[in-house]
Amino acid sequence: MSAGTQTAGPRRGAFRAARPRAGFAAALLHRLSGIALALFLPMHFIALGTALQGADRLESFLGLTHNGFVRTAEWGLVSALALHMVLGLRVLAVEWFVARERTALVVSACVAAGLAVGLLFLLGGA
Amino acid sequence: MNAPVPTPSRADPTVEAVPGEALTVRIRRDDGFQTFTVARRPAQTILDVVTEIQRAQDPTLAYRFACRVGMCGSCAMTVNGRPRWTCRTRVAAVAEDDGLTLEPLRNLPVIKDLAVDMEPFFAKWTAAHGAFEPGDAPPADFARVAPDSPARRAVDAGIECINCGVCYAACDVVTWNPDYLGPAALNRAWTLVNDVRDRGQEARLEAVSGDAGCQSCHTHMSCTEHCPKALAPTFAIAGLKRATARSALKRLGARHFRRSA
Repeated sequence: MSAGTQTAGPRRGAFRAARPRAGFAAALLHRLSGIALALFLPMHFIALGTALQGADRLESFLGLTHNGFVRTAEWGLVSALALHMVLGLRVLAVEWFVARERTALVVSACVAAGLAVGLLFLLGGA
Repeated sequence: MNAPVPTPSRADPTVEAVPGEALTVRIRRDDGFQTFTVARRPAQTILDVVTEIQRAQDPTLAYRFACRVGMCGSCAMTVNGRPRWTCRTRVAAVAEDDGLTLEPLRNLPVIKDLAVDMEPFFAKWTAAHGAFEPGDAPPADFARVAPDSPARRAVDAGIECINCGVCYAACDVVTWNPDYLGPAALNRAWTLVNDVRDRGQEARLEAVSGDAGCQSCHTHMSCTEHCPKALAPTFAIAGLKRATARSALKRLGARHFRRSA
């Protein structure tokens, strides 16, 4: 540890690959769902904007969305919105209320809640 | 790295080996993994295993330890993928299929084999203003600090850190952003933010803000889950986030007040 000691660079990532952890998964899902919602919002506003040009224009645009791909994407977005919300609430609980959680259990519950909302969306006849 | 401790020999072991039971130990060295076989002994710790390998099989193996009782924090390594104190980790609790994989701590430069350079870790402690700042004119009288006051309790919650580097090695944000101050330095800063005697708060809050500071924490909770002292740097970092936000709002309000006055 003298001044002249040769050191290799810091080792990175080795044990994360060996041990996937719930907190990491939560942050990743939070980020990805947030990006998905950020990408969706402009399209959503464009769709709403067509209403300004009359009901017919909006209806014709909505007609384009009546296919399996868009329905699946809608289900994904609803799930992502719910997931983003519950994972955000988890972060707020940890940071503001000093909640010492059982991370794996809480994150699993958050993911289950997000998927449950998506399921309700499907069952609601969307 | 070689403290003068009694040298166990295979002929006269300090603790009797369990007949017929052996432990396969993979150790990451400078040129890849090397495998050793060590006898199982009752109440054997990971540090016992590394010491036995170095004393009886390969004296060139480099590692670091001092107290052997969980006080100094110098023997931390990555054991089967988790950063741990090796002196307080029993082989029986972590061995998988009679095997162990030992690696140096993550996120720190490796000096040799299992010994890492702690210099960047302590440099960040300094960068986070981790030293008490009495100010130019320390008060003449003692500060009266009620033991059950919220600030004192917040200090108590984080003051027992012994700088072992386990949280730093567990932190993904340090891996992504090598400039990130890390959980230990930020935890230390939070204990000082709650010290009513300290006169360096403004500079400290500025030091722990920004891209390398508390706002970069993603709340993965790795530091809190891995801390051998059961401290919670995540909550300390959350406290710093609130304190820096409050400080920024105060500055903004003061500027607005000055402009409108």
